[in-house]
Amino acid sequence: MARWPDMLGRRRPRREEPTEAQERADPAADGAILLDAFSEPLLLLDGLIVVAANGSARQLFGAYVDGEDVRLALRHPQASALLTGAREGPVAIGGLGNPDRRWEMSVKPLADGRRLVRLEDRSSAQASERMRTDFVANASHELRTPLAALIGFIETLEDANGPDEAPIRARFLGIMASEARRMQRLIDDLMSLSRIEADRFVAPRETIDLAALARIACAEIEAGGKAGERVRCQVSPGSATVHGDRAQLLQLLHNLIGNALKYGGDGEVSVAVEVADDNVVLTVRDEGDGIPAELIPRLTERFYRVDPGRSRSMGGTGLGLAIVKHVVERHRGRLDITSIVGSGTTVTVSLPFASLP
Amino acid sequence: MATGHILKSFDEDLAELRALVAQMGGLAEEAIDGAITALANRDTEAAAAIVKADRALDRLEAELERQVVRLIALRAPLADDLREILAALKIAGVIERIGDYAKNIAKRVPLLQESRGIEPISILPAMARATAEMVHDALDAFAARDPNAALKVCAQDRVVDDFYNSLFRALLTYMMENPHTISASTHLLFVAKNLERIGDHATNIAEMVHFAATGEQVAERGRGVDTLAPVVA
Repeated sequence: MARWPDMLGRRRPRREEPTEAQERADPAADGAILLDAFSEPLLLLDGLIVVAANGSARQLFGAYVDGEDVRLALRHPQASALLTGAREGPVAIGGLGNPDRRWEMSVKPLADGRRLVRLEDRSSAQASERMRTDFVANASHELRTPLAALIGFIETLEDANGPDEAPIRARFLGIMASEARRMQRLIDDLMSLSRIEADRFVAPRETIDLAALARIACAEIEAGGKAGERVRCQVSPGSATVHGDRAQLLQLLHNLIGNALKYGGDGEVSVAVEVADDNVVLTVRDEGDGIPAELIPRLTERFYRVDPGRSRSMGGTGLGLAIVKHVVERHRGRLDITSIVGSGTTVTVSLPFASLP
Repeated sequence: MATGHILKSFDEDLAELRALVAQMGGLAEEAIDGAITALANRDTEAAAAIVKADRALDRLEAELERQVVRLIALRAPLADDLREILAALKIAGVIERIGDYAKNIAKRVPLLQESRGIEPISILPAMARATAEMVHDALDAFAARDPNAALKVCAQDRVVDDFYNSLFRALLTYMMENPHTISASTHLLFVAKNLERIGDHATNIAEMVHFAATGEQVAERGRGVDTLAPVVA
């Protein structure tokens, strides 16, 4: 004879002999547990009511979504159209959480009539797309600027061919040469950047004494002009060897010391190499104006300049620190930039120490 | 709502009402973003589409009003239910106004085709972003019934007001220096004014959200410097 709760069918209280299979039989709880296993925001809908949301959906919308109408949380017109069946296929929506994030939303019907809303984060795809178009626009702009000056001076020179105009011709030719060199520098930088990026996954094999290399770079810069007198090379004797690529490390030193000289005001630039723990640490410190903290993360972006006018007038290409960053990454090292506005900037590069073979 | 009503269909009606408000909010947000993007890209087609899309907002508002009247007549709601229904009605009216302002910005796009050289125009996208964020946050607060989030929106209004005041001064100076741009600059001034009004309306939404959630009116905020006050030398 059946006991009375059995006659009510599914309503039998589960307190009696709860088995695992019975625990799992509650479809709503089951759904919620499953949803939580996914890292992307998911909402389970019955009609238009959210019956279950996973952790990341609750984080995105707020804890209130459970049991509410889904249109409260997803009020984007395209999303409403998709939810009410006025539209098909995934839709791109923005402004959830943070105004710059982009999501792709899709709705999948389940066998029991409920629906699953899935949100995929497309922000990074969009950001990389924008970076690519920005890069092309920036590179062509940077190349055009010296070219425009060159063409202008060439046109003027065509007219300035009188006998008394030799000084003008000499001055113009000087400007043209410096513009052409700037263009060359830019193209060189672009090429080395793409070369460094190309062998990003190949660890450099040469064993290099960074201290000796720093002395060479300082000597080259001191020989290069009167600004070089401000460099103070404090390199400890003794070996500071790393696995590295000689040409790339030399370029890194030139870029860092060059930056410090260009933007470091009239103060001294100190270059130091020391061995700390298992790292060889290169420090380049200037006594310039410093850089506001919020701009520091952007410094290694290609063509990013704190002060575009000043950088261009100094002949900068806007690629120096981007190259440094890629060289450091290829050498499995760390790049740190700290700056105090008004008293100077310190760039620290630490590379893993390699004992001599 | 934490506890449901005995009559389940009342809960459903309330949820439907809130969903309608949110849907209107989504349309209004899209209209603001779209109008400013159309202005920045000088895209007359997109602007025309926004002007046309405003009708959907009007339709939704009418639908919502019908439902509110029906709910009040049928269920005689009390306490937080009544506050919520009244807030939904008032918020819908405000959102409809916001949509009108966005539509007005879109309508000025064809008149601003030659505005590229006007420097102060570059401030507008940042101002629009701050405004759209206010509307977004106010609607999020509505969806979550969160009175604290609503109060935060009220505080944001200062930013939009500051944008407006600086833009007003910048445009005035620009017009004095470039009299041939006066008509375009005046349109830009109206665009800025519209954005500033949208910000005020977002504050209104937030205040109603706060009222519906707590039953208390938001205390009168301390205002910044009154820029309309006569200058005392």
